[in-house]
Amino acid sequence: MAHTLFDKLWQAHRVCGSEGGADLLAIDRLLLHERTGGVALKSLAENGYSVRDPSRVIAIMDHIVSFKSGRGRNDARSPGGAAFITETRQMANAAGIHLIDTDSHDQGIVHVTAPEKGIVLPGFSIVCPDSHTCSLGALGALAWGIGSSEAEHVMATGVLRATKPPQMRVRVEGALPEGCSAKDIALYMISTYGAGGGQRSAIEFCGTTVEQLSIEGRLTLCNMAVEFAAFSALIAPDEKTLDYVRERVDPNSDLDTAMAYWRTLNTDTDAAFDHEIIIDATQITPQISWGTSPEQSCAVNQRVPSDASSQALSYMGLEPSQAISGLAIEGAFIGSCTNGRLSDLKSAARILQGRRVAPGVRAVCVPGSQSVRREAEALGIDKIFVAAGFEWGEPGCAMCFYAGGETFPPRARVVSSTNRNFEGRQGPGVRTHITNPAVVAASAVAGSICAPSDLPARSKELA
Amino acid sequence: MAEKLVVHTGRSAVLSRDNVDTDQIIPSREMKTVGRKGLSDGLFAGWRYTDAQARIENPDFVLNRPEQVGTTVLITGKNFGCGSSREHAAWALKEYGIRVIIAESFGEIFHGNCIRNGILPITLPTDDMDSLRSLAGPVEVTVDLVAQSIACANLPNWERQFDISAFAKRLLTEGLDPISMTLTSKDEIEAFFEKDAAQRPWVYSAA
Ligand code: SF4
Repeated sequence: MAHTLFDKLWQAHRVCGSEGGADLLAIDRLLLHERTGGVALKSLAENGYSVRDPSRVIAIMDHIVSFKSGRGRNDARSPGGAAFITETRQMANAAGIHLIDTDSHDQGIVHVTAPEKGIVLPGFSIVCPDSHTCSLGALGALAWGIGSSEAEHVMATGVLRATKPPQMRVRVEGALPEGCSAKDIALYMISTYGAGGGQRSAIEFCGTTVEQLSIEGRLTLCNMAVEFAAFSALIAPDEKTLDYVRERVDPNSDLDTAMAYWRTLNTDTDAAFDHEIIIDATQITPQISWGTSPEQSCAVNQRVPSDASSQALSYMGLEPSQAISGLAIEGAFIGSCTNGRLSDLKSAARILQGRRVAPGVRAVCVPGSQSVRREAEALGIDKIFVAAGFEWGEPGCAMCFYAGGETFPPRARVVSSTNRNFEGRQGPGVRTHITNPAVVAASAVAGSICAPSDLPARSKELA
Repeated sequence: MAEKLVVHTGRSAVLSRDNVDTDQIIPSREMKTVGRKGLSDGLFAGWRYTDAQARIENPDFVLNRPEQVGTTVLITGKNFGCGSSREHAAWALKEYGIRVIIAESFGEIFHGNCIRNGILPITLPTDDMDSLRSLAGPVEVTVDLVAQSIACANLPNWERQFDISAFAKRLLTEGLDPISMTLTSKDEIEAFFEKDAAQRPWVYSAA
């Protein structure tokens, strides 16, 4: 019988069946962060359980850490946030799990650090009490977000009980037009099929467009799957994937055997899916959200729909049929697990080189990890950002979500390379427009929402 | 261990919105300690208070209306509990007193979090949801989890069946602890890891 890649990964991790058609699945790696992982460690200890295999659990500090340059070890970006850092540190150490601390060379947003440090490899089952864990499926891993109680369950037992979800194939075909990226594919898909369009399915992305995407682009695409109500996202490993992981595998591993196994990880030709979507990538243009759900997105040069939800419009301070391009902004943010990788920073830097952020716009760039920051600084990208008037922060989730503390003011219109434009996501009353990093950079320069292609040419002396 | 839920009769409130995400249910700034307690005060803080810091209540928010005191059943829209995986959303609802949530669909992780915390998530088709949402003011809803049925005092002859997984049903009706349930399969789990270590050794060398 023909099987999907998801079937194969599920089967490879299936320990035994459980009641009501659920299965116990072996979990290869559990990631924890200080926001939802600390509470799982605490509850585990309170309930008298210990970690079955500490070598499979990695705790990373990312959500609450300060993004101010020169931050101290316990510096948080929100009032009371230091307790999340210090308590998680202490509990992770007590549990004997590997901790990537605030001052570690490897620190970063969990979904950025995990692939770049070889914590996730093809064929792994990997979970984290964080909804964007689906990002990691980009390497051909069975990756999904869980709750804190489930994280506790994985630590105590090594397995999770799960019911196999329906499966969906999203085939993206054709050449992406200039100026478009994986983020635009994601927003286009979500606005076309709705925020519930993924129907709680395990989604496999495939097609020529996906094959052409870099690993970083694939991580961005899979990152947004949870905004599409997917259970998980998956991309079959190809030679690009294997090249990416080759240098990241533990040198003591039998790499040849692993590589041979990873090459078997794909969907059989005749395998059936419960749902299928086909996207013509040639039709995509740079996208931006106008409302308070990622499904409320459209092309940068389009208008707000005439029948737009009044709730969304009133929160966003918009009128039906209003043009989106040209809306004055007060803030710009580049970073997050969606678009905080080196390629994202490069694409923004190309726009910012020789240009300045418009007066009255607070612009912030926070690299997704220490590795990203180091590589960017080695390339002089930090200097381009700073010269343009951006703040250059220390890695972490930063302004992707509000946790109390400093942020943009209420009603500020902000263009952001993040994944969620929910009410209050970046701060009380903050009006977030999610888009790709190049559009964020162009808008910061223009002082209003602007596609990079609409930006005036650089003046001679600056170029 | 979660509180059992077998038959529940309670007062409902209608929150007529789609895509209510877990940031709305419990804003991140309301998650003040590493723990599961003390969250109900921050439930829906962005909507419930006109000034969240001073805790000044917004009289227009449905749960603040005098007739909604003691609400235990929430009737809402599509994709309720989407967004962040924070289990704090389920903890806050539970602590506030919510035992049943009726929606057209749920965020996947939130759905699982409800079941693990003694909250029953019920999915009904749009027309049934419309009937429930069109009721003015709070009504009494009765849910029988064993029979998988739901009825409403103000809708005569309206009784519907709902789906729920056998595991979720058992967890909720018996108030079981999933970890100890799983540990009854300890032998199978250890046997799996032993076999798997030989087949996929690279998984077993620490990261
Ligand atoms: S960057 Fe944002 S979306 Fe990503 S893990 Fe951090 S808070 Fe969540």
